[in-house]
Amino acid sequence: MRHVYTWMGILVVVFFSVVGDVLMSRAMKQVGDVHAIVKHSGVWTVLGRVLSNSNFFLAVTAMAVGFFSLLFALSWGDVSLVAPAAASLTFIGNAFAAKIFLHEKVDRRRWVAAMLVAAGVALLAG
Amino acid sequence: MTSRKYLVLAGVTVFAAAGDSMLSHGMKQIGSISIHHLQSLLWAVLNPWVALGILLLLAFFASYMNALSWADLTYVLPATSIGYVLLALVAKFALHEQISWLRWMGIVLISGGVGFVAGGPALTHDGSQTPELHKDPLPAASARPFGLAQGNGGASTHCEGAEL
Repeated sequence: MRHVYTWMGILVVVFFSVVGDVLMSRAMKQVGDVHAIVKHSGVWTVLGRVLSNSNFFLAVTAMAVGFFSLLFALSWGDVSLVAPAAASLTFIGNAFAAKIFLHEKVDRRRWVAAMLVAAGVALLAG
Repeated sequence: MTSRKYLVLAGVTVFAAAGDSMLSHGMKQIGSISIHHLQSLLWAVLNPWVALGILLLLAFFASYMNALSWADLTYVLPATSIGYVLLALVAKFALHEQISWLRWMGIVLISGGVGFVAGGPALTHDGSQTPELHKDPLPAASARPFGLAQGNGGASTHCEGAEL
């Protein structure tokens, strides 16, 4: 039963991490290219755009929930399982979510990269 | 991609790895914190290593947001995962920790993944969703960033139409 709780905890961590990353990516695309805006209008314009973007605050909230979920999951399960499983599944989840919600063109090159990194992180942290 | 953008990606990688290391070092100096004394966490920020770690992680977050403003999520995450390798190498050569062959395998796989994604364009776009593009006060500059120069089909960059 503890095993089930651990995996449920891992899935919750992955869910909120992916939601946070996708919302942050969406927020920053809405803000626009930071280099170009700073060059034309200064850094305060970037700050104003970021702080007036609701997706930014939702992203930070989701990331915070993901972080605290990780702490809870670590208290239930072994760190050698929770940390690598959460990190590598987040890579895979992000690839799916970016394709579906951000309409990124996740071609074969990016799938292979996501899989290699996910496997590598699992080996490195395991 | 310009050298400044490579610098931002390097910033994401280095700031995250250095911030995590310093935070970890500082928290080990402080010792374990009981759940009944959570206020000790507030005092932890007075430790110089913890404070420096937090500053570096703030710099990481700023670089990460900067990178996401001109590159895809599926480009930024694998491209900056070389930080895991960096941490392992720091552990091996600076902290003299043992690295098992499984971890070396992990390093090889991550490096391969980074090489794979870094060879492609930083930005792709569906093309079907640019409703707010013309509302952008800086269309020439911010709506046509540098990913276009990499032959990704002349796609635009904004994703405001995407529904989560």
